[in-house]
Order: sequence, then structure tokens, then C-alpha cells
Amino acid sequence: MSRKELPKSIHEMPFTCLSPAVKGSAGRTGSWRTVRPVFDRGRCTKCLLCWVYCSEAVISRDEKDYPVIDYEYCKGCGICAHECPTKALTMIREAGGE
Amino acid sequence: MTLTIVDSGSHVAGLAAQAARAEVVAAYPITPQTAIVELIAELVSSGKMRSEYICVESEHSAMAASVGASACGARTFTATSSHGLAYMHEMLHWASGARLPIVMAVVNRTIGPPWNILPDLSDSISQRDTGWLQFYCASHQEILDTIIQAYKICESSKVLLPAMVCFEGFILSHTSMPFTIPDQEKLDSFLPRFKPGWKLDVDNPMAHGTLSSSDYFMELRYLIQEAMDNARELIPAVDKEYAETFKLPYHGGLLEETFCDNAEILVISMGTIGSEARVAIEKLRNKGYRAGSVRIRSFRPFPIEEIKKVCERADAIAVIDRAISFGMEGQLSTEIQRALYDVKDRPLVLNFIAGIGGRDVTAKDIEEMATHTAKCARDGKIDQKLTWHGLRT
Amino acid sequence: MVSLRELTREELILPGNASCAGCTTNLSIKLALKALGQKTIFVVPACCTSVLQGVFPLNSLNIPVLNISFASAAAAASGVVAGLRVQGIDDVTVVGWAGDGGTVDIGIQALSGAAERGTDFIYVCYDNEAYGNTGMQRSGSTPMGAWTTTTPKGKTEQKKDMPLIMAAHKIPYIATLSPSYPTDFIEKFQKAKGIKGTKYLHILIPCPPGWRTDPAVSIELGRLAVQTGAWTLFEIERGTLSISAPSRPFLDKANRKPVQAYLEKQGRFRHLTQQETSQIQTRIDETSEHYSKVNQTRLCP
Repeated sequence: MSRKELPKSIHEMPFTCLSPAVKGSAGRTGSWRTVRPVFDRGRCTKCLLCWVYCSEAVISRDEKDYPVIDYEYCKGCGICAHECPTKALTMIREAGGE
Repeated sequence: MTLTIVDSGSHVAGLAAQAARAEVVAAYPITPQTAIVELIAELVSSGKMRSEYICVESEHSAMAASVGASACGARTFTATSSHGLAYMHEMLHWASGARLPIVMAVVNRTIGPPWNILPDLSDSISQRDTGWLQFYCASHQEILDTIIQAYKICESSKVLLPAMVCFEGFILSHTSMPFTIPDQEKLDSFLPRFKPGWKLDVDNPMAHGTLSSSDYFMELRYLIQEAMDNARELIPAVDKEYAETFKLPYHGGLLEETFCDNAEILVISMGTIGSEARVAIEKLRNKGYRAGSVRIRSFRPFPIEEIKKVCERADAIAVIDRAISFGMEGQLSTEIQRALYDVKDRPLVLNFIAGIGGRDVTAKDIEEMATHTAKCARDGKIDQKLTWHGLRT
Repeated sequence: MVSLRELTREELILPGNASCAGCTTNLSIKLALKALGQKTIFVVPACCTSVLQGVFPLNSLNIPVLNISFASAAAAASGVVAGLRVQGIDDVTVVGWAGDGGTVDIGIQALSGAAERGTDFIYVCYDNEAYGNTGMQRSGSTPMGAWTTTTPKGKTEQKKDMPLIMAAHKIPYIATLSPSYPTDFIEKFQKAKGIKGTKYLHILIPCPPGWRTDPAVSIELGRLAVQTGAWTLFEIERGTLSISAPSRPFLDKANRKPVQAYLEKQGRFRHLTQQETSQIQTRIDETSEHYSKVNQTRLCP
């Protein structure tokens, strides 16, 4: 089930409270953040710590093991930038902020 | 092989769980239910019952473990009484909300303080809103039959709700009667393996019971009410099917009627007061009263239409409650009156509270209540709406 | 020795759920499921995880989850274990995943019962040291001195020692964990998965809204907890305590950072006086010394 298929009538309801797993179960959580991580590939040593420590599981690994961030759901917690040993990830204010 | 034996009411419940092939039993002992769990422990440890038996550390955990087991697709059984039933109240809601067909024997016992191990129906009646089916039995055969039938009813995809099979402590649990256990192979055809409506399955992962909002909750609860309505139709059908298949007595489906056809006075009750009432009614008939007895077997779902039909032409009804909702009246009495509300020229209804805390209710007591009711019918009015029968004054 | 690089790329927790930014519970679920794999069933009582899963009819955990009432995690898990076993299903790991409230307070009866019965499951207490789900009221696991909404002047009582209580149940495996030490974390989950019987894992969970901290330092806080001795990583295997590699250097006071380094980053300790801080420091020193003494010994007969 995706957000588009949310039941609208009792006939579309499951008979008990069962939910399948989907991305964005709390909506587009990317809209929560006030800061976003920015990636500088040149500084990255592919240590994978950001991938390990991301508390939202929005960082995945590409074929070369560089991090890929899903900005649709990234909440901007800042853990990745704080833990990155080479400052390949830094946090900047979202556009529209000061 | 069909087996007719003599044994206690508690043992019947344990043997029923065995006959129904319950796969997981999680239970905690409490008087007067203890013999059930002890028998099941013996049956499991001797290999006669192929079941996982969990000696949980409380009744709340008994129902929680039952929910966990049933949620995996295992046929689950448990048993309790009184304080134990009260202790698991929260989890009763969980079982019905999760639409799990758990069957539980409730050996009715009152609730303290003061401590009292003797029977009345206050323990199970006070759980009537939890979404569980409730049956009240009056004989050992009925206990056996009802537990097995309950699985068939509850596991139906149209129902998928849990059920309590209630019977009074000591009166039934600690007395012995003959009863017949049908042949296991035939039982397996009548009650095949449990096919769950949903289950925890690593090949189809779902979360059950996540946080919800008011958006969907009302519909989920409505579906429980709908399931109860379906159960109301299924209960008599399954009772009939069972009786015909195994050549055993039909228990009346939703309610058992005795001499009701031309009755002017009716006595309505549940459990063993109902079987005692049949003795009283026979005596009254011999004395010239046009009296009849209704023993309600299915309290949830409540047999609204059936009550209407059997009571419509009576002049007066004595409803005997073995419990009371303090600040109101006996719960059965309230519900009977609700069922009769729309009947034109509906009968008078008197409420008798009797048998509280295990006080004996004999056929003589019931005769007194019935003759009193008959007098009110003749006078055309009720002198006292609510009477605590036999109260010391 | 686990290599982080070789961990599966598959995520069994999907992004965009209701957890707070920087939630180390969410992170712990992610790491635990990487260790345990897809044949896992979670039993979750009322706690932050019941809420962060997502709002019905959507959810974010791609494994079967049985949500259950607050007191019942271990009892419901016992039922799941029995239900699977009676059907001959023996390759699924059952995990009771509960907060500190549902473990140390209201859930302790069911947990003690399940452990006494030797129930074959992993019980995880993820501990943010208060009732997080309801807004940070104190729990039995709240440490001394911590502000919570029901201990506005700071808790005066000690933190309940749950791993030691579980050791008295004589279960085969107990461990303390921190997601700030991911290789240690994953190894302990993998080890627990391979052991029969009741396994108890206790994770320290830095909690930005509850501890009044910047979400970005959630991992650093877990490290500081270990480096100051406020949290010691260890295992109790068949009754014998062994301090885990990341904590071993910090048994020696000379290597430990002063507890102030850990406390000063947290708003919930802001009110502490110097005397209170030094009481906490003394307590840590005593505990670490004790661990040194009993390391590699049996804790119970």
C-alpha cells in the first residue's frame, strides 16, 4: 500500500490493523529539516561511517561506496556531518533560512 | 472412538481443549479453575496432547502469550476465573481488537474483597463490553460441546473474535457428571486445522497494531460489531450441525427454551440457575401456572430478536441475575428490557438478584420468584422492580 | 570480527518514519536488523518504537511486528515463540523490543517470567532513561541526578541495574550495547542470535528531546558515556562477566574522561551542582573499580 492507496471506505479497509512497510510512513519527512547535509566528494574517504550512523536510513551506498542521501526523507539531524572524519559532509541552512 | 465418562466440569474443559487440538495453552492457576490447567499439564507431559504449554507468571501474561501464539496462527486455549479474568482485562480488549479466535474457559467466581471462591457471574458479566463472545453453560456436556463449537464459530472468516465459555465454579467445576466425547477423527472433520485470518509471517511482513488516528479506528471497531452479528447467525447453525453430526443434545443455539409456547410467566436466567429453573417450571406447570423458562446460552452476541419472539406474548418476566451493575440493576435484566422495548404491550419485567457470592439458588427459590411475578401479572403492576432474593433483613 | 563494509546494504527499516531527528532508537533498529536479517519477528510494547513505526495504515519496519500492551512484551513474545514452535517453524528469531519503562518497571514481571522459563528469544531494552513516549517522565532506569518531568529537581534514586537483575535469572547471555560502537553492537546481536535460551541486550539510547541535546551529537554522547565510564560495555556469558574491548581502557581511571564531559552536553543535567556532579563521579569510579575486580569472574553462583 502506498500513501496514494490509503483506504477511503470501509470496504477497502483491512479487517484488522495491519500495515505494510513503506517509505515515508510519516509523510515527506524531508520537510521537517532546517539544515541539510551537503556532500563534498573530493574529501570523502569512503569510510562508510555516515552510512552506518544515519539514524534515518536515508544514506545508501553507490557502486563505488560513496554515500547517496535521500533528501525526500532526510530530517537534517546532523549526525552524518558531525561524525564525518574528513568534513566531506557539512550542514548548511535550508534555502529560505537566513 | 466415542467415549462416555464421568468427570468434573473442570476436567471437561481440559478434555475439550485436547479434543479441539489446541496447540498452545498459556494459563495461570486460580481457584476454581486449577484442575483445568493441572489436567492439561498432565496431558501435555504424557504426550496425550500435542501442545506447547506455557506456565505463565500471571493472568495478564496468560492472555498476552495467548495473543502472541494466536497471532502466529496457532490454535490457542486458556482458562481463568474471577480476579484472574479481571487482571487480564486490558488484554481481553487486545485479543478482540486483534481479531484472534482464542477460546477461554471462565470458571465463574465472584470478586473480592472479601476473598470468596464461590460462584456468581460478576467476573465474566463485567467483561461483556470487551468484544468477546460469551457462552454460559449448564452441564458438563454443554461445556465440552461449547468449547469445541466456539473454535468453529470463532475461526470462521466471518467472525474472527475470541470467545469465553463460562460455567459456575464448584457447581459445575467440582461436581461430576457423565458426558460423551465424540470420536476424534470425526471431530477433526468437524473442526479442521486453524486457518488464521492474519498471522505474523516473515514471508509477508506486516506490522499489527501500530499507532492510529481517528481516521480509521471507528471502522475497525465497526467491523467487530459486524462480526458479532455474523456470530449470532452462526451459533445456532454450528450447535445444530454438531448435535446432528455427533448425535448429542442440541443446546438451543442462542437460548434454550422450556415450556415457553403458551407461557404467561417466564423465568429468564443463565448458567445453572437456568437448569434449576426447568425443575421449578415443571413444578409450577403441575400447579397450574402457565410458566416457561429461558436459559440464555449466548450472552454475547445478545439474542435480541430471539428474546423478542419468545417473550412477546408473556404477561410478566422474572429475570434472575447472578450479578449486579451497582448503581443500576442486574445486567441481564437491563438487556432483556432493551430487547423488549419496541414490543407493543410488552410484558412486565421484574429483576431478581440471586446467588451472589455463591449463595445457593434452588428450584424452590425460583418458584417463589416466579409466583411473585405471576401475582404482579395478575395485579397488572409491579410492587418492587428490583429484589435481592433471600437477603437477610 | 565484523566488518562494517561487509554489512548488508539492505535496509529493513524504511526512511521517513515518525522518529525524531537523530533518534538512536531508529538507528539501533537499523543496525539490529542488519545483524538479525529478515527472518525476524519483533514484539513491541507501548514505547517510542510503537509510535516511530509510522501511523496506521502505514509502517516502516519491513518485518512482522506484533505491537502489544505496555506490560506484555516478554509474555507476548513467549506466546509467539510457542506458536512458531508448535507449527515446526524453527528458523525465525523472536525479539522483544522494549523501552526502559516496558522493561524495568511495568514490564519487569513478564520479563522475569519469560527468563525464568528459559524462553528462546532475544529481549532488547533500548534505554533512553525515561518514559520517552509519553514525554520524558522518570523510570526506574533514569540515572541519579537526571531531570525528568516527574523529577524536576533531578532524580534522587539510583538507576535500576537491569543487567545484574537478569544475571540473577541465570540466562545464557546478557550484554550492554551502544550504537556509537557499531561493530561491538552488531557482533553482540549476531552472537545472541546463535544462542539458545533467553538473551538480554541493553542499549544506551541518547535521546535528543529527552536528554535536551543537539541531535547531531547523539553518536558522540554514546561515545562519551563509554569514555567517562557512565556506561560500560560488557557481556555476561553463562554467568561470567567480561568487559568488552571498547570499555576496557576506561576501567582505568587515568584513561577515563571526567563525567563532566558527558553531563555538560545534556540539558537534563544542567541544574546539577558541583557537589551533585562529584557524587555522580564517585559513583562511576566505584562502579568501574568494581567491574575491574569482577571482570572475568562469575557474578552469581
